Amino acid sequence: MTDAAAGMGRAASDARKLDAAATGPMLAADGRPLKASLNRALRAQKLRALALIAPLLLFILVTFIAPIADMLFRSVENQIVSETLPRTVIALEDWQETSQLPGEDAYAALAYDFMEAAERREHTRVGSRLNYETTGMSSLFRQSGRGIDDVGEIYADQFVALNPAWEEPATWVALMASERWQDEAAEAETDAALPRFELAPGIAEALPETADAYRSFARTIMSEDEDDPRAEEPWNTVYLALYRDLLAGTGGYDGPQAAMLNEAAAAVPGFEAASVQAQFADINEDWADTEVWETIEAFSDPYTAGYFLAAIDMQLTPDGIEAQPEEQQLYILLFQRTIFMSLMITFSCILLGYPIAYLLSNLPMRTSNLLLILVLLPFWTSLLVRTSAWKVLLQQEGVINDILVWIGLVADDARLQLINNQLGTIIAMTHILLPFMILPLYSVMKTIPPSYVRAAKSLGATDWTAFWRVYFPQSVPGIGAGCILVFILAIGYYITPELVGGRTGTFISNRIAFHISSSLNWGLAAALGSILLALVLALYWLYDRIVGIDNVKLG
Amino acid sequence: MAAELRDYIAVYNREWGLTSDTTDAFVAFDSVQKSYDGETLVVKDLNLSIGKGEFLTMLGPSGSGKTTCLMMLAGFETATHGEITLAGKPINNIPPHKRGIGMVFQNYALFPHMTVAENLAFPLEVRKIGRSEREEKIARALDMVQMGAFGGRRPAQLSGGQQQRIALARALVFEPELVLMDEPLGALDKQLRETLQFEITNLAHELGITTVYVTHDQTEALTMSDRVAVFDDGRIQQLAAPDQLYEQPQNSFVAQFIGENNTLMGTVSKIEGGVAEVTLDGGEVIDTVPVNVSQVGERTLVSIRPERVEFNKDRLHPDAHTLKAEVKEFIYMGDIYRTRLSVAGNEDFIIKTRNAPDQRRLNPGEMIEIGWRPEDCRALDA
Repeated sequence: MTDAAAGMGRAASDARKLDAAATGPMLAADGRPLKASLNRALRAQKLRALALIAPLLLFILVTFIAPIADMLFRSVENQIVSETLPRTVIALEDWQETSQLPGEDAYAALAYDFMEAAERREHTRVGSRLNYETTGMSSLFRQSGRGIDDVGEIYADQFVALNPAWEEPATWVALMASERWQDEAAEAETDAALPRFELAPGIAEALPETADAYRSFARTIMSEDEDDPRAEEPWNTVYLALYRDLLAGTGGYDGPQAAMLNEAAAAVPGFEAASVQAQFADINEDWADTEVWETIEAFSDPYTAGYFLAAIDMQLTPDGIEAQPEEQQLYILLFQRTIFMSLMITFSCILLGYPIAYLLSNLPMRTSNLLLILVLLPFWTSLLVRTSAWKVLLQQEGVINDILVWIGLVADDARLQLINNQLGTIIAMTHILLPFMILPLYSVMKTIPPSYVRAAKSLGATDWTAFWRVYFPQSVPGIGAGCILVFILAIGYYITPELVGGRTGTFISNRIAFHISSSLNWGLAAALGSILLALVLALYWLYDRIVGIDNVKLG
Repeated sequence: MAAELRDYIAVYNREWGLTSDTTDAFVAFDSVQKSYDGETLVVKDLNLSIGKGEFLTMLGPSGSGKTTCLMMLAGFETATHGEITLAGKPINNIPPHKRGIGMVFQNYALFPHMTVAENLAFPLEVRKIGRSEREEKIARALDMVQMGAFGGRRPAQLSGGQQQRIALARALVFEPELVLMDEPLGALDKQLRETLQFEITNLAHELGITTVYVTHDQTEALTMSDRVAVFDDGRIQQLAAPDQLYEQPQNSFVAQFIGENNTLMGTVSKIEGGVAEVTLDGGEVIDTVPVNVSQVGERTLVSIRPERVEFNKDRLHPDAHTLKAEVKEFIYMGDIYRTRLSVAGNEDFIIKTRNAPDQRRLNPGEMIEIGWRPEDCRALDA
């Protein structure tokens, strides 16, 4: 380009720029910016499209996204300890010297929590939860639920001996309840209609533990048993709280029961004392074991990695994260076995499915349709029937063994173990998942024109070279799609391994099912499921990196 | 080379028509038959010799058996009967990859998962040719089709014409002596097709390769070939050089299939001294060249090419017969005028006249007299 021409070119582009600057953004006929008009014109269409897919979107959200989100949440959720034993959890925050038992405050807090939990029958659930982490917790909690009534009894007896009025529910109501609550309660016609219990003003400052314990008592018996606090003697733990409060003084209480309280406060230092720790140890000596407290402390957070650790054969101990004892390790092995067997199944499916798909795609239409029906036939048969058929075929007294014995290949007393092991699972699942390999392969092979192989042969390639260098690379997208389908289906398969897997041929999903329906350890089941999900996603990512997800064709 | 070739073709052209002389032919079909279903013959008794260096086109409507012949030659179909020889050796039982025949397909059949260079390397690799020699040959082949800069591209990144050039280069890169082309230009637009026609012919003649080219496009067949074999109904209807094929069709199928053709139905009334007198159905009598009529009284289809018909009395040949004609339609086509006439009961009688300054335009409804040289008028089978 000459200089003059270049100059002209520049001038022209400058002119265009000026033009654009002068007019600003493009305008529609009505003077609005063109972009805005366009958006407005398309909005109705977009809304209509959204409305059309809305039911499906909603359905997917509710039935697919929400359960997965719930599962992910459950695998770390651990609110049961902090909700059932809130005071204990707070008291344990200061507990640093884990080699020593926690102080009396913690035991007292546990007594209040446990009493309420026992009354609400929630203590066994916490016990079961903690039993996942430390065996024996479940029975400890169940037993303690029965014995918790006695904690504080020693003080209740002494208070009543001092002044029988302490036994009267009315004394406690006058001391603890607000006037408003008393008035409203007086108007209530049935126990069920009683208003929610309210503490008298000031009492929580004067006798903090007692007020808290009594409120817990009043509310619990009202909600659980529909009892009236005005007719019920408080729990022994309330007397324990009162003893502990009065040892610290009355806090300047000047309410209606001031005289009685002062009398008690004066007498308390002379009471026969028994530590709360000792009272708990009377119920079950494990309460004097630091391991129990460590477990409660370790799982006091509302969220925990404990399920995930358990799912990879680790555990949370006071010394940090440690491997489970060898005899309890299970899940890593199961994950490895699941992946290994899924790979084996996928590989067998390729091996069996590829020639079938090739045959299908190269036969005349009529024959291939007939064969395709044979491929699809298993889809029309119940999964259970197919799996049971394999049981009949493969068992030691089954058809295949009979034939082998009859031919003489196998001795009658050395029949092959073909089922209830990994081999049985691989055979049965290869059969069941084979169509998922054949169909994508077939649809991809169908699109490979025969002229490619012909071209390769005309160029001098042998049949094998033409297949391997020309046909096979073009069928790889089908293999990819088939592998993804089969592998992902296999890795989460449950029924077939359950039926034919025996002890050595089960998958991780069988363990998940066990935790969901038998051991009811949903948190662990969720953690295992989450790991499985992460594993599949990771493998998918890996697959994308190696093969490329663009190379997957389902048809 | 070119002179030699011309002589060679001349020999063949002299004995035009079907020939089963396989003695010094490079490729020969000897009484070849092919049936797919055991009930009908797709190829019926094919005899064909192709000389070395010849560019032979198999032309015919779809279903005429031309592609089947090509596939038998390539080795993708086996002959039901008869023998095919290549350079004197029967190849019926030789698998395709050992025949060493280059082939270009209609859909190019470039391997989509390989680059252009890899596609070209393929036939060399399977022949175990060393890397340096391979690269040299690839570069040469790509330059030959003016695609030297495209070695790294994938076929999908090329246009149809470029893909076909690559396919051509791939078929030639291993230096085969025989190249088969199965409607290679069928999917391209007209202009590109014409360019490539020219290039393929040049290349084939330059390299001295024997080429068998299959097409259903008669223009392509006429412009490219040394000889054309017109296929219909499983048989070669005529095998001849393009000019002979066009000007001296052997039967009514060839006459009507190749180029535009006017036909008049009639009966042979006299055969004498190489001239057949035909009485047309309208009663007019004309002289014709008897091609495949032999006796008086036979029904015949008289064929005249539109451009050989003259209506200007001054230019009319002295021996010419004249017929009355009514102008039905005048079509201006740029380089020529195309006029539709009604002649001796044929409402679709076309004449073509060159658009020259002194050329007269005929008006519809005008009555004229037309005529032609008797040699241009051939009495064929009815």
